Amino acid sequence: MQTIKHVKQPVAVVVTVSRDGQVRPKKFQWKDGHTYTIDRVTKVERAASTKVGGCGIRYTVMVEGLPRFLYDEEGKWFMEDEVLIEVTE
Amino acid sequence: MSERAILHIDMNNFYASVECMLNPDLKKYPIAVCGSQEERHGIVLAKNYKAKAFGVSTGEAIWQAKQKCPNLVTVPPHYEQYMRFSKLARQIYGRYTDLVEPFGMDEVWADVTGCQHFIGSPFHIAEEIKETVKYELGLTVSIGVSFNKIFAKLGSDMKKPDAITVIPKESFKEKIWDLPATDMLGVGRATEKKLSSVGIHTIGQIAQFPVDFFQRKLGKCGVDLWRFANGMDDSQVTVRDIEAPDKTVGHGMTALQDLENDAEVWKFILELCQDIGHRLYVFNKKATGIAIAVRDNQLFTKQWQCGLPVPTQSPSCIAKEAFSLFTRSYDWRNPIRSLTVRAINLMSLDTPCQLDMFSDPIRVAKAESLDKAIEELRYRFGKKIIRNACLLDNPKMSPHDNPDIIMPTGVPM
Repeated sequence: MQTIKHVKQPVAVVVTVSRDGQVRPKKFQWKDGHTYTIDRVTKVERAASTKVGGCGIRYTVMVEGLPRFLYDEEGKWFMEDEVLIEVTE
Repeated sequence: MSERAILHIDMNNFYASVECMLNPDLKKYPIAVCGSQEERHGIVLAKNYKAKAFGVSTGEAIWQAKQKCPNLVTVPPHYEQYMRFSKLARQIYGRYTDLVEPFGMDEVWADVTGCQHFIGSPFHIAEEIKETVKYELGLTVSIGVSFNKIFAKLGSDMKKPDAITVIPKESFKEKIWDLPATDMLGVGRATEKKLSSVGIHTIGQIAQFPVDFFQRKLGKCGVDLWRFANGMDDSQVTVRDIEAPDKTVGHGMTALQDLENDAEVWKFILELCQDIGHRLYVFNKKATGIAIAVRDNQLFTKQWQCGLPVPTQSPSCIAKEAFSLFTRSYDWRNPIRSLTVRAINLMSLDTPCQLDMFSDPIRVAKAESLDKAIEELRYRFGKKIIRNACLLDNPKMSPHDNPDIIMPTGVPM
């Protein structure tokens, strides 16, 4: 039987840092090598990822019209990913 | 003056919760954070509620825990993560008050007196803190709200996890006087034994006994207990961070295999003293006495202490005195499992000290200047750049012989 499992997906990110130190992610590279452009950052807050574990600064970003969470955990960036796994009964 | 508002915030099953938070797959299993069995630290340091339901308790050996709960998942501790989460949690508390007093890595007292006018009632602040910690860190806390530190602590222990307990001044008697005396901070095993020998089993009974009795039976601490039980604790929430205590500096370790002769003990003591000397150097202190604690393989522990002829921070002088104290005191009835050396009665490095006719301060000064040179070498090129030759081969010592954090209250070094 197959089931969906949430996993922590590390991503490479292009960010801009403003003069006052504000960090804004601009692009990120997904595991398949494709680079996605972030259209908009809608929210920045400290939050934990209950799905995959870990906590840090969470950016809610719009990518190709869809909202996604992008986490900055002490300088390491990750996203929540879903993978199909085989479960043995 | 208006009534004080004190919160005691306790992070539930801290180590185990952090492990489950970092790896949510663990949440569905009974888990225990355990020390390394290879290094003979194989005890349960923390467990989650699922493991607790099987009767797994902190401090017991892994094999005992596995007998109670065969499916127990054991995970190694990640102290750096615990320190990180502890620090992040304190940052959250710091948004509400600057009066935050840590009590170990996972507990704090926070004084929110006077914040009512700006933020809300103490209960409202507690609720906000609880929700913020859950949202930002993914961890749950229990909070006790009361008018003094003792009752706030009692409150946080009453309902777990993820709960708030208020003990108001008007009704504290109904809420806590029926609780067992051991629930109150300050009543340990020894005190409980003394109290139950005269029929005192609850906090209410402590409060209603005449104070003279406690003065006679337990001295000043007894009077404190009586005051606590009557809601008269007026100790302040003092702002301080986890700091190394400057009264003593010690280092202890469990050997990989039992130590069986003086030569092995000497190597062990010398290694322990390297770290003690380094910390004395960092803190700018010198020791005027030493203490050693020996635990044999039957888990029997005994301690001895003595003064040093000349106050010093030199690891080699401290090691020699500690070894001499050991050979004078220990009768080798059993092989040794663990050893601790402490430099005690510390004084500032620049404190003048009285010399006596029989000690040799010049020899100590020479040793100190040699040790200072060694310290500088280590500072520039790393800790392992220079070592005593006899310590190069020390198979009974753990390779991770210098933990960054000393358990359980987390003294970062």
